[in-house]
Formats: sequence, C-alpha cells, structure tokens
Amino acid sequence: MPHGLWRAAARRLRGDRIACMALALIAAIALLASFAPLLTPWSYDSLDWQHLAQPPGTTAAHWFGTDRLGRDLFVRTLLGIRLSLLISLAASALSVGIGLTWGALAGFAGGRTDEWMMRFVDVLYSLPYLFIVIILSTLLGRGSIGVLLLAIGAIGWLTTARIVHGQTLALKERGFVEAARATGLTGPAILLRHIVPNLAGTVVVYATLTVPQMILFESFLSFLGLGVQEPHASLGNLINAGAQEMESAPWMLLTPAIFLVLLLVCLNALGDGLRDALDPRER
Amino acid sequence: MLSYALRRIAVAVPTLLIIITLSFGIVRLAPGGPFDQEQTLNPAVRANLDRLYGFDRPLLVQYSRYLAALAHGDFGPSLSERDFSVTELISQGLPLSVTLGLAAIFLAILVGIPTGVLAALARGRSPDYLVSALAALGIALPTFVTGPALALFFGLYLGWLPVAGWQPGAPRYLVLPVVTLAIPVAAYLARLMRASLLEVLRAPYVRSARARGLGELRVLWRHALRPALLPVVSYLGPAVAFVVTGSLVIETVFGLPGTGRYLVQGAINRDYPLVMGMIIVYAAFTLTLNLAADLLYGWLDPRARRE
Amino acid sequence: MLSAMACVMPSIPASVEAPPGVVPPLLELTGLTVRYATPAGPVTVSREVSLEVAPGECLGIVGESGAGKSQTFLAALGLLAANGRVSGSARFDGTELLSLSPRALDRIRGAGIGMVFQDPMTSLTPHLTVGDQLIEVIMRHRRLGRAAARRRALELLVHVQLTDAARRMQQYSHELSGGMRQRVMIAIALSGEPRLLIADEPTTALDVTVQAQILALLAALKREHAMAMVLITHDFGAVAGVADRVAVMRAGSVVEVGTAAQVLTAPREAYTRELLAATQPLAPCAPPARRGAPTLILEGVAVDFAVGRGWLRRRGRLSALRDVSLELAAGESLGVVGESGGGKSTLARAVLSLRRPSRGRVVWMGRELTQLPPADLRALRGELQMIFQDPLGSLDPRMTVGEIVAEPLAVHRLQLPRAARRAAVAAQLERVELPPALIDRYPHELSGGECQRVGIARAMIVEPKLLVCDEPVSALDGPTQRQIVALLERLRRESGVSLILVSHNLALVQRLCDRVLVLYLGRMMELAPAGVLGGAPRHPYTRELLAAVPLADPGLQPGRLRLTRPGEPPSPLEPPSGCVYRTRCPHALERCATEVPAWEDAGAGERVACHRWRELL
Repeated sequence: MPHGLWRAAARRLRGDRIACMALALIAAIALLASFAPLLTPWSYDSLDWQHLAQPPGTTAAHWFGTDRLGRDLFVRTLLGIRLSLLISLAASALSVGIGLTWGALAGFAGGRTDEWMMRFVDVLYSLPYLFIVIILSTLLGRGSIGVLLLAIGAIGWLTTARIVHGQTLALKERGFVEAARATGLTGPAILLRHIVPNLAGTVVVYATLTVPQMILFESFLSFLGLGVQEPHASLGNLINAGAQEMESAPWMLLTPAIFLVLLLVCLNALGDGLRDALDPRER
Repeated sequence: MLSYALRRIAVAVPTLLIIITLSFGIVRLAPGGPFDQEQTLNPAVRANLDRLYGFDRPLLVQYSRYLAALAHGDFGPSLSERDFSVTELISQGLPLSVTLGLAAIFLAILVGIPTGVLAALARGRSPDYLVSALAALGIALPTFVTGPALALFFGLYLGWLPVAGWQPGAPRYLVLPVVTLAIPVAAYLARLMRASLLEVLRAPYVRSARARGLGELRVLWRHALRPALLPVVSYLGPAVAFVVTGSLVIETVFGLPGTGRYLVQGAINRDYPLVMGMIIVYAAFTLTLNLAADLLYGWLDPRARRE
Repeated sequence: MLSAMACVMPSIPASVEAPPGVVPPLLELTGLTVRYATPAGPVTVSREVSLEVAPGECLGIVGESGAGKSQTFLAALGLLAANGRVSGSARFDGTELLSLSPRALDRIRGAGIGMVFQDPMTSLTPHLTVGDQLIEVIMRHRRLGRAAARRRALELLVHVQLTDAARRMQQYSHELSGGMRQRVMIAIALSGEPRLLIADEPTTALDVTVQAQILALLAALKREHAMAMVLITHDFGAVAGVADRVAVMRAGSVVEVGTAAQVLTAPREAYTRELLAATQPLAPCAPPARRGAPTLILEGVAVDFAVGRGWLRRRGRLSALRDVSLELAAGESLGVVGESGGGKSTLARAVLSLRRPSRGRVVWMGRELTQLPPADLRALRGELQMIFQDPLGSLDPRMTVGEIVAEPLAVHRLQLPRAARRAAVAAQLERVELPPALIDRYPHELSGGECQRVGIARAMIVEPKLLVCDEPVSALDGPTQRQIVALLERLRRESGVSLILVSHNLALVQRLCDRVLVLYLGRMMELAPAGVLGGAPRHPYTRELLAAVPLADPGLQPGRLRLTRPGEPPSPLEPPSGCVYRTRCPHALERCATEVPAWEDAGAGERVACHRWRELL
C-alpha cells in the first residue's frame, strides 16, 4: 500500500482538532474499560448488601454508586463499555467485510449479475430488519453473544455494500481501469490491484462510522431485552434498567447514558474527520 | 414522468411479494412451534390444534392459503391472544403508530431542511457552527436515551408535558414521543441539506444563473434548491425505515399502545400470524413511503426519469 | 503592464466603423488584480490587468489555460468563488462595477453585460427546460408578461439558428447536443439585450464544424446588433474571424495588445510568436518507401450498442460502427478523423478487442482476435497497446509512476528482480524524456503532459508492435501537444511500431500519419495518403472538415466563417438512409437517399464512398 497518500491524509487529520480530541477521548475510554476494573475488588455480579441503591459519592467503596441489587456500577459500567465495544467492533468488521466483498463484486461484474445482486440488497433493505433480528434472536436463543453478533453484523453490511457498489461503478469508468484491461490484466487482478485499493479510503471512513451504529443496534436490542442478558452488563441493558429507575435513582441511567453518548459522538466525529482527511474538499 | 412512475410501482409490487414469502419462510422454518412453550401437550391434542390451524398441511398449501386470505385483508387468527384475529389487533394499534411515524417524519422535514439551508447560507459564521454542532449531537444520541431524558426534564422537572402513557384525543401525550423520534432524522437531514446545498452553490450553472442578473434569492430558489434536495429525498427512504423501527422503542419508553409491542410479544410467543402480519404491514408502509420518495425524486430530477 | 489606445480604428472589414473623435470605452479595466485565498497561501491569478473595449468592437483574449483570462472578467462581474478577492477598477459605461451593491450589479448582469460560459452542459440548469430559463431572463430584464416573453423567447431561439425551436423550448439541456446548448446559452445571454457580450471559451467543448457555426453566429450577431464583445479563447483561429483587437495573456498578465492584424501577423512579443507557431499547420511527414505485408486487417467490422434498458422498454440498437475494412502494414501509421459520435474511439477499441465487434473480423498477424480464447488474447496484448485521452485519469492515483510503468512487465511474465525492474522503468522514463526522479511520484503531482508521457512509457515498455492512440493530446495545451506529437514521431521512427492515431485534430493527424481515414456516423467516407487528403480531398465531408478548421489569419478567416453551412449532425440512433452524410451534403441527389455508396478505388492509394466523387473535383 503506497505510503505517500496515507501520510498526507494523516497530516490533514492531525490538523483537525475535533477529530483528534475525539480520538483521544475514545482511546481514554477504551483504556479505562480495559484496565480500570482491575482497580476495584468488585466483579460485575457481586452483591454488596451494605450498600443498596447508593448514589455516587456517598461511599468510598463504590465510585459510581450501586444499583438496586447492590452491584457496583463502576465495574458494571466499564465492563458494559467493554462488551459493547467488542461486540460492535466485531460486528463492524463482519459487516464491512461482507459489504465490501459483495458491493465490489457486484459493481465490477456488471450486467445481469450486478442487477440481481443489488436487487437482493434492495429487497433486504426494505425488510424491517430489526424485526427479523428480533425473530432470529428469539428463535435461536436469547443472550448468545455469537447469535447477536451474527444478527447485527449480517444486517449492517447492506449500507456498506451499496456505498461500495456505487464507488466501484464510478471507478470502473475511470481511465486507468480500461488501461489495465488494455495491458492484459485479468478481471480478478484488476479488481484486487486497482479497484480495491482505491476503495480503501471509503471503506475506512464507513468502517469508522459503522462502529457507533453497531453500538446503537446492540444497545437497542439489549434495551428491548433481546440482546445481552442479565447478569452480564452492556450499555444497552444498563440504560434499560436505569430508565426504569429513572425517577428514584437517576444515576443508574445517567452514568451509562453519558458514556454511550460520549462514545457515539466521538466515533462519529472521528469518522467525519477521517472522511475529510481522505477526501479534502471545502467543508 | 408517467412511465417512470409505472416502472417504480412495477418494481415495488414484486418486492412486497418477496417480503411476504421471505417472512413466511423464516417464521415457518424456524425451529419450535407456537405450542411448544406451554406445558408439553398430549400428542392427540397437539394434532388437533395443528389441524385446526392448518399446520399439518404441506408448506406450499399453507402459503397459498395465506396469500388468498391476505387478498381479503385477513391476517389470520392470533395464536397468543386467542380472542382476537391479527387484523383486529393490528387495527387497534395501527392508527397511533402511523400517526407517530408520520408526525415524526413531517416534523423532521419541517425543522431539518430549513435549518440546513440556513446553515449553508451562513457558511463559516456562527449560525453554521451552531447548527453543525447540534446536528452532530442529534445524530449521535440514541432515542432510548433522549426519550427518558426529555421525559425527565419536561415531564418530571418542568411538569409541562405528561411523562408517558396515552389518552385518546389528547395530543399532548404524543408531543414528547414525536419530538424524540424526530430529533435524529432532523439532525441528519440538516447536515445533508447543508452539505448538498453548499455543493450545488459551487456548480457552474448557479454561477451562470447569477450572471443573468436574476438576483440571489431567485437563483437560490429556482436554480439551486431543487438539485440540492436530491440527496435529501434519497435519504427519505432510509429515514422512513429508521422511524418505523425507532417507533418500536419509543412506544416502549413512553408506554404508547401502538402496534410495536405486538411484534416483540408475537416473536417471544411464536405467534406466527401476528408476527407475519406486523412484518407485512410495516413493510408495506415502508415501501409506500419509499415509492413516494422515488416519485418525488423523479419529479425533481428530469435526468432520472429517462433511465 | 500595457494599456491600449483609447480610440482604435478597426482594420477588419467585418466590424463596425468607429465614428471619428474620442469614444469612451464601454468596458474599462484598470489594474485589475484577482487573488484567491487557499490553504497553501494566497494565489494571484490576475495581475494588474488593464484592458478596454470600445462600443461595438470585439476584443479577443488569447492565452493558455491558467493564464487568468476568464478570472479577470468573472471578477469584473462579481462572479468569483467565495475565496476570491478583487482589487483595481472595472468600469462599465462609466459605472464602477466593483463597488456596486448586489442589486445594482444584478441590473447590469444580463441587461448591460451578457455572458456565455465554456461548457454548456454544466452551465445550463439541468432541471429547468430551455424555455423556462429563457423566459425567466426575458421577464426579468424586459419586463414583459409571460405570453409576450414566450414569443420573444421563440424569436431569439430562431435568431441563434436553433433548429426546431418550438420543440426545443420544452426540452431539457441534457436532451440537446453540444452545439444546440451553446446556442441556447447565447440566446439567454442576448435576451437582456446587452451592450456587451462576454464569451468565455464558447467553442472549446464542441466539434470543429459546430465550432465554425458558433463562431460564424457570434460574428453575425456582432454585426447585426453593433454589440461589443469579449471573446476569450486559447485558439488564435477563433479570434481571427471575429475579433477587431486581440490581447495576449500569460500567467495573469497582459503580454501584448493590438489590432487583430497586428498581433496575428506581426506580433511584437516572443511569447505571442511562440503561441502562434504552435498553431501553424504542420508539414506532413514523409510516407515510407514501400508498404510491407499487412499486419492488421479489419474486414466488415461493425459495433452495435444496445440502448435502453429495463423490462418495459424497447431495446434499441445504436450502430456505432458499420462496415469498416482496412489494412495496416508494419511500421505504417494510420490516422482516423471525424467528429464526436463518428465512431473513432469505438474503432480504436474494436481494433484492440477492448470492445468486441458485433460483426466482422479483426486479424492481427494472421490470428483472428475475435475468435481467440481470453487467455491468448490477454497474452497478445503485449503486442497491442493503447494511449488514452485523459492523461491523469488513465493512471491509477494510488500507484507511483514506477509501479504504473512496471505493471505491464509483470502481466506479460517478464518477471525481473526488483533492481532490474527499476532499471527498466528508468530507461523507459528517459526514453519519453522524463527525469528518472519521477519514478516515486504520484500522478496527481504531475502535469498533464507528464502524465501522458507516463502513459506512453507504460505502453512502450513491452515493445509493442501496434500502438493505438485515442485522442492523445486533446486534453493538453498547444505547446504541450506539439511536444507529445514530436515524441510519438520519434518513437515511431526509432522502434518501427505501427500507429493508429484517432483524433479530431486534422493538422495533428496529417503530421504523424501516412494515411488518413475519415469517419462519419461510424461509416468510412474517405481513405487517402495524408498529403493528398489535405491538399485535394474528394469527399464532401472531408472538405467540410477542412473548411471548418479555424485559421489564425485575420485576412482569410472572416470570409471563411461566412461560408459556414448550418445544420446539425443527425442522431446516431436514426442515421439517414443511403449515404449517411446526405443531410449535410450540398451535392446530395435522390440517389444518395436510396443507395449506400460503395467503397471505390480512386487511384493513388485513395478510396472514397460517394456517388459523385468523379464529378466533384
């Protein structure tokens, strides 16, 4: 992969202060989620009968307070972040992988193959996917992380496929693709050597923007009771529990909500920054 | 224009058929039946029930009977709510859900598009930054966070609006749900409109129109706005899908008796007819609005019509 | 920093005689400077430009692209992009334009000064009909009601020689051809009845015959309306027929100003001389002593495109190429000329089997390309190479120059170790006169000419036997065009490669090619040695093409313009029956509509497809 163009993009990114702050914040949160739980003696399901439903700041033992069952919210929130991030990163990778392959193949093949492949995408797109996901997770077993991953990732690829397909079509018209054919390259060689590297920029941007979407999906599902199950913690089910206790114990809602919002805002900002860095035009 | 419209409709109909078939297939072929959740039944009773509901017939027969019934608007009986047919259940909750969805979309359009235009025109100045920041926030906040937050603030704290629940004929119960659902869509529309209008304002034909001495306002209204709306109209399809799925969460958060709860309930109880009915209704709704967006796009852009 | 004289007596008969005494200039630019604020720092595109245009006279502005010609006038009208800044003075009829309020400026735009832009495809609003755009301006500036405005719009369209004007009013810009769109733009510019018309590269994107028509139209309009004009172009031939005075610009400054006769025939500045030299017709190269056996044979090649997709639509057929047969010997060069839609590019691709012919045979070195299995065809590509029209677009933006040029080596199994590969690439770069240091650069860092050289290096690295060039220089500036042509010439001499050169530029083709094939709507019209074609063409279409090429001779060009014939080329979807050229041919007979002319031998290596070629000498 040629370095010159990436270096120029990195330089532009460094100049984008909002994106840099977002990146720093995301890194900080990730580090916190990875290592901070080691700092407390509590685990995610250990119950502290002494301190039930305590707001943060009232006890030295529980920095974020506790929930109704006496579980430490600091640990639960950070572990929830960890789980949400892991699931969404894995699901993003899956969906971007499938979407890239599908879209590039369809766009490059052209003709009937392209038509049918993209019609398939269109039909799936108009399916109320969330409902299918609900059905799938219900029927195949709630709470199984693997199924959750599959369900989320298998839906998100549609948008990526569409974007990649559009880009591939545009690239096919560019002179250098015809030049490659005139040189005598085979179809797959052109796809791999010329088209995919030129898609890299778009794919990186969309991958970054897909992660927050995945976090949202997962939170949606957990919120509805169909995702991560008790006693495990994810941002989604923490917020669900918190929303139910909203009037009496608002900190149960606020802490995971703030983290969720922070993550989403930063990831979106980073994605926007990357998009501007890789395709500089006046904003 | 007419042939373009016909072509679009001709594509939508098979799509709906495919959706019906797919949902039928998924629901039927999934392991487990509606009666497996309860206590293990006497096989004879089980066989009777299967015969009553037609589950013992080959799949193809079940499918064709289902299609025939659909043509009459009959979605079949609900298996979990034994006293009601699916059609009755859905029609109970549908008006509310549809109102919620449509109101959210209209509100989002009403707020998002003019805001985007203003931001583009005030480019680089403070209104632009404000709008961009608010839009970024609006896109990032999930509805199941903003919903409770708004309910907390306007409901509990200020006491202006009810926190949750529903009373027929009392629209104030819908205010917070509609606003919550509209926020992400409005934010995205504003951003999209801004970016699109900025792009169009740089186009050669806008400069050309200015050179004819038509005045900036007329150039904007007649020459720039229509092409700038194209990406926005394209987004309306996904926006509708978002609203449709988002209403599920909104109804849960605000305790609204719409159709959303039937889906989850039906999925959990493996109430096939109910689940399928829900899917088809929602899909039809989405397809219809997508079709409307497509037609609007064709009206706005003459070049799209000849494809 | 030169300033023109206040009162100029035009010496070209085509212009209006200025009355005696001092006439104040209609447009007066003094010390106009245009700067752009970019992230890389401020960029000056126009420096202290001072020019004048008297009422009723035409000022031609000539220069290479990037010389600041357009920017200067855009600035005067307040049409710069958001990050542009103007300083200096621009007076129109005594009023200072740069300090006007937007409303006052809007009154002058369109009604005082009309403007015609370069690319009519992007300069007309795509979602409004032609009629709507025209009526809008008329109602604004002429204060007429809608019905009266519509009548006036129709009159204007007829006045600019737009055929079928009533129907065109209802159409959108994408449904019209380039020439029609440009006429619409001119009509819109005229509708405010301006006293000054600024035409910014009005003919650049057009075919040569349509160019001639538009230029003739502009000249006629100037005469009839006694309208002042500013004609901005890079083509000296264009100004020679229309302009009274000419200004030459370079890198933002005015280099020379004078009457057309003076600047075009006796320029003072070396730069002007250099630019003029680049437009002179080139002497044709000497044909080879004898022709060997043909290496490339085309027989009855036809290429059809399916048009109109979708289930509910009828599928039409577009016949892009019909019945093309020719032979090419080793080391020979063949030029293919014609206008857009003529099938030249399709022919280039058919020869290389990049686009499979629908009918006919393409035989290379005895092997029929259309029948080869894909793997064999790919292997043969080492002998058949192509140069493309868009120099930058034909290079992969993610690869370095070195990787681009080395790629054919890898494809054709000439696997070399890394050092040897680099050496081979460096050798090719030298061969195309590029510094070897460019080997690690990216295409977007190179100029157009350098990009095209890279493309040539990539093609030549496998030592092909046939090189097909599809409009290799049309996207480049005049002097660069010459350099690339010289390079191709040298390569041909040194390596003996056969050449097929596709171009709309007759002069270019005459320089480089032994024989020339003329295509019209995908059919062969004439094939002759280059010298013969330029001197004594037999086919009426070839004659029309030659007559349409603008000459930078102010004495001859205005007269040539007046002889321009009107008429649009027919749509390729509905080609005329019989001889396809008959709708534009001044010598057409009834027979031409019913019988397709045969490809006849006219002696001395010439072939013509015309029923009347014997009589028309």
